Amino acid sequence: MNEKKPTSLLYLDGVSVSFDGFKALNSLSFVIEPGELRAIIGPNGAGKTTMMDIITGKTRPDSGEVFFKGDIDLTRRDEAEIAQLGIGRKFQKPTVFESHTVWDNLELSLNRKRGVFATLFYRMTAEDNARIEEILSTVRLSNRKNDLAASLSHGQKQWLEIGMLLAQEPELLLVDEPVAGMTDAETAETAVLLKEIAKTRSVVVVEHDIGFIRELGVKVTCLAEGSVLAEGSIDFVSADQKVIENYLGR
Amino acid sequence: MITSFLLKSFDRTIVIAVAIILGLALIVPALNLLTSPEHPLHVPTYLVSLFGKYLTYALLALALDLVWGFCGILSLGHAAFFALGGYAMGMYLMRQIGARGSYGNPLLPDFMVFLNWKELPWFWYGFDMFWFAALMVVLVPGLLAFVFGWFAFRSRVNGVYLSIITQAMTFALLLAFFRNDMGFGGNNGLTDFKDILGFNIQADGTRAALFAASAVALAASLILTSGMVRSKYGKILVGVRDAESRTRFLGYRVEHFKLFAFTVSAMMAGVAGALYVPQVGIINPGEFDPANSIEVVIWTAVGGRGTLIGPIIGAVLVNGGKSVFTAAFPEFWLFALGGLFVLVTLFLPKGIVGTVQAWRAKRKDYRKAAADEAARGQSVAKPVAAE
Repeated sequence: MNEKKPTSLLYLDGVSVSFDGFKALNSLSFVIEPGELRAIIGPNGAGKTTMMDIITGKTRPDSGEVFFKGDIDLTRRDEAEIAQLGIGRKFQKPTVFESHTVWDNLELSLNRKRGVFATLFYRMTAEDNARIEEILSTVRLSNRKNDLAASLSHGQKQWLEIGMLLAQEPELLLVDEPVAGMTDAETAETAVLLKEIAKTRSVVVVEHDIGFIRELGVKVTCLAEGSVLAEGSIDFVSADQKVIENYLGR
Repeated sequence: MITSFLLKSFDRTIVIAVAIILGLALIVPALNLLTSPEHPLHVPTYLVSLFGKYLTYALLALALDLVWGFCGILSLGHAAFFALGGYAMGMYLMRQIGARGSYGNPLLPDFMVFLNWKELPWFWYGFDMFWFAALMVVLVPGLLAFVFGWFAFRSRVNGVYLSIITQAMTFALLLAFFRNDMGFGGNNGLTDFKDILGFNIQADGTRAALFAASAVALAASLILTSGMVRSKYGKILVGVRDAESRTRFLGYRVEHFKLFAFTVSAMMAGVAGALYVPQVGIINPGEFDPANSIEVVIWTAVGGRGTLIGPIIGAVLVNGGKSVFTAAFPEFWLFALGGLFVLVTLFLPKGIVGTVQAWRAKRKDYRKAAADEAARGQSVAKPVAAE
């Protein structure tokens, strides 16, 4: 696997972590290529969220390697640093700044200097303005730009959060259950949105909704008990005996 | 860069508030000094000092609002920064007494002579110069806040745990300043001040000038905080308050943002304390009492946190009420204060100013809806008329 390291965007090898004796991840290894859209499925407690916590620097692994863009060791960096390197994360529960307008939410997410004094004396430029308008239309929120984020519907908040991640201009986007609680129409639109986004960057989607994953039509990794159970197309994975036993069969 | 920062800080409410405060800085001293005591508009000197004291409380509440209202840091130790600023000013005022003290020692303050000290402790050096004391007024609280915040925010101490350690900090300082061998006058504190910058501290003119200085400091701090919260920095601060992890995963170093706000806030509290001491004529360890810090939280909550203007109004109203109430029914004041806090939490969770703002926003929406309705009615009506 080592020879793959230089070309891959994200490289996890033998990552283990335990909380109070419970092994949340057990020697987890997988690789994401540049420009790839990958779906990750698995039963509750399979370690999906823990995996995201490790990639984004929220949790430190007990052992194993995590490399970004070949040689950047993510296990030594904190959340802010990893975000600045170009990894964006969407939470399971939509997390936006509720008391700010949709516009301000995007302004804060733009990939600009993030220091105290840089932000204290920041002035909106024409370029930033255009970028925010562009993202607003991508996530279909142009007509709500001056409304408070708190007034958005659940689905719109999910899109706003995706928009905020786009503003961050990440090379890798980690998306945790983007369609949970969405209507069927919203789910279909989200699939289109994610595919559009994946044209210019790598996206990892954690999802429970098999129908949605079929709609995405991408390579699937199935996790169970903290390690990879099967990997391949959705048809291949869902035909796997172990996957049926562990996840689908239940 | 600086000018655009300052321009951004002015919206209508802030302009009006700054104008009122600066107006008071001119009118109150004028009514005190230029009118005769029989004149109906005369403001007696004791009121000038009383309201001057309220203004310093308002500045303290404004400082707390910056961290609590906008960043969600509920500091229960802000009175400690206030008291430290006060002590720095008190030390300057003590050194101004010179040989006029009861013991007539030209160098040592009375309490040191009383304790049989032979020489001035090193940390009292420099306080005979006003500029040095003024510098310490902001530096000492600022440094304490910086060091305290550095460890607390880096270790990600949040919420109620942070509140408790700020409370512990002020309590520890209370105990330390009570000790005679700390060199700050023990439980008597510093008092018997004679003059400030060469002016008699009891004179009407000095009192009026201190009132004006308090008003100017409050106005300047209001402009500064307003500029801060309206900048992108301020929006991130609110982001930290509402969704800290989101801010972190967007790549902001949350601890730096908190630390900056906390330090600036502590410096403002220090200035408030320094203006408070010459107006009340004493500073003692009682100012570090944890209950004082909690009172500041009540003023801020009553006025409306996260509104800048609210804490100023809250501080003046609650303290005005306290002055009246403690004169009339002294034993019931604490019940009234507690009751006020409960009532505000239950019925005015946004405080006075927050409630008024919400009410005005609602009325504006209602008017807009009514105007839209009327416009639609007209556009329907027109073709009918044409027929």
